[in-house]
Amino acid sequence: MSPASTDPSALSWYEASARQRVAALADPGSFREFLPPTARRTSPHLPLFDLPRAFDDGIVVGRATLDGKPVLVAAQEGRFMGGAFGEVHGAKLIGLLRAARDLKPAAVLILFDTGGVRLQEANAGETAIAEAMRAIAELRAAGVPVIGLIGGRAGAYGGGGLIAGTCSRLAVSEGGRISVSGPEVIETNKGAEEFDSRDRALVWRTMGGKHRRLIGGADAFADDTVAAFRAAALDLIARAPAFDLATLEAEQARLEARIARFGDCRDATEIWARLGVNDPEAVPAMTTAAFDETVARVEEAHHDAR
Amino acid sequence: MTLAEILASLFPQGHRVRVADGLVGGHGPLDGVEATVIGIDGDTALGIEGALALSRAVLDAVRAGDRAPILVLVDSDSQRMSRRDELLGLNECLAHLAKALLLADQAGHPTIGLIYGHSAAGAFIATALATRVLAALPGANPSVMDLPSVARVTKLPLDKLQEMAKSTPVFAPGLDNMVATGAVHAVLDPARPLSEQVRALIADAPADDVRDRLGAERGGRPVARAVAEAVADEARLEARRG
Repeated sequence: MSPASTDPSALSWYEASARQRVAALADPGSFREFLPPTARRTSPHLPLFDLPRAFDDGIVVGRATLDGKPVLVAAQEGRFMGGAFGEVHGAKLIGLLRAARDLKPAAVLILFDTGGVRLQEANAGETAIAEAMRAIAELRAAGVPVIGLIGGRAGAYGGGGLIAGTCSRLAVSEGGRISVSGPEVIETNKGAEEFDSRDRALVWRTMGGKHRRLIGGADAFADDTVAAFRAAALDLIARAPAFDLATLEAEQARLEARIARFGDCRDATEIWARLGVNDPEAVPAMTTAAFDETVARVEEAHHDAR
Repeated sequence: MTLAEILASLFPQGHRVRVADGLVGGHGPLDGVEATVIGIDGDTALGIEGALALSRAVLDAVRAGDRAPILVLVDSDSQRMSRRDELLGLNECLAHLAKALLLADQAGHPTIGLIYGHSAAGAFIATALATRVLAALPGANPSVMDLPSVARVTKLPLDKLQEMAKSTPVFAPGLDNMVATGAVHAVLDPARPLSEQVRALIADAPADDVRDRLGAERGGRPVARAVAEAVADEARLEARRG
């Protein structure tokens, strides 16, 4: 084995499978999966579309410890149906969130990797997203932090972006994207002049991890390694905001101020310049260390208003 | 029913609900308290400004602390699909609106959704689907995506999808399918006063999220309830083992 493969925490988050991410994120050997692939809870609907099924329906859920503390974990597998929410996939997340209400773990971690709703099971997926948001709001109100980790190839799109916005805190990597409408969807509906989905630099500037971190859409920026996401998760669990009127009033003010200040910007680089970033054009190529220094000086990036 | 007819039926004594730029807002008397009304009218897409205008009204109601009902009336398009909305964090704005409704619910405000036209995707999730009880009027047309678009994405012929839609509520657009999924709790009778029917919905509001149970009973989501219970059971069992 190569040295890289013997150190699971050095794994690329982007390249790793959901199961690899969870195993390496948790304390060694601590992960126990619920409804594992051997249970074969597959989608009852995909065969109608002549599509292959997965024995886990594209999501891994279970318990683990993180620095010795009990956590519940859900990890989407972006390589199966784009990590999209189908009936079983969504229900596994809902079951985990409901269990958390009784078990009160130190945190629930959601490892997003999803294009949103699985169209072949659209109504079930959409309803599951609404159920997840309700369950997360209840958990947060009960004092359980719900932390989202976003760095997979499918990003956090569609309903996944809405669930992410419901979490207590979010960590994102360079490759992580958070958005509702994806680039292709915008282009299909509004034309390539509105959004050229093949312009990868534009996609990353508009929806990518660095932009989200700079404007306060995410609370931590992680290198693309499991170790970095683990460190970010531990840090974020310790400073999860309450779910109450004060937090949501603060979020209302934060988002209104963002629109007032940047609503006329056409491109992310204009926003970064107004945020006080000296050389906005240099942001996409910045190392994590340099980017962290830049973020530290941006007031909007640091808040409890989520 | 049109929005004006719905409001007249909800508030026979009159109301102060206005529509501007497709956004609905105001108050009306319901059972001796001033209910807050928010919503989207005229198949309008929900963007960042609209979401924050609606969430502002919900948070104002929560701050008032009177536990009065919040009614969410919806005839919307999907989320506004634009580069600018995404650049400025549409996911945060839509999630914020949903969170405001969920917070209101936790604070004791009955939250009742009423879909009377179209709604789809992010706009649907952030509004109607974030209420405790979602009702619909006949003719409402909630969807995730219309069938021609589903055909494009899934690369299946439209006529085959139309045939499948007759027997498989899980993917097809339309009110009946959303009722079968459990997302829509009840369909109201436009011939009877909506005020009475909404009062009954508030009185009978379930204590927990019952949408997956409804989906199992109605056949639109045959396995979700059982899968969620199986996961939760395993989680509790593992926790007892330590």
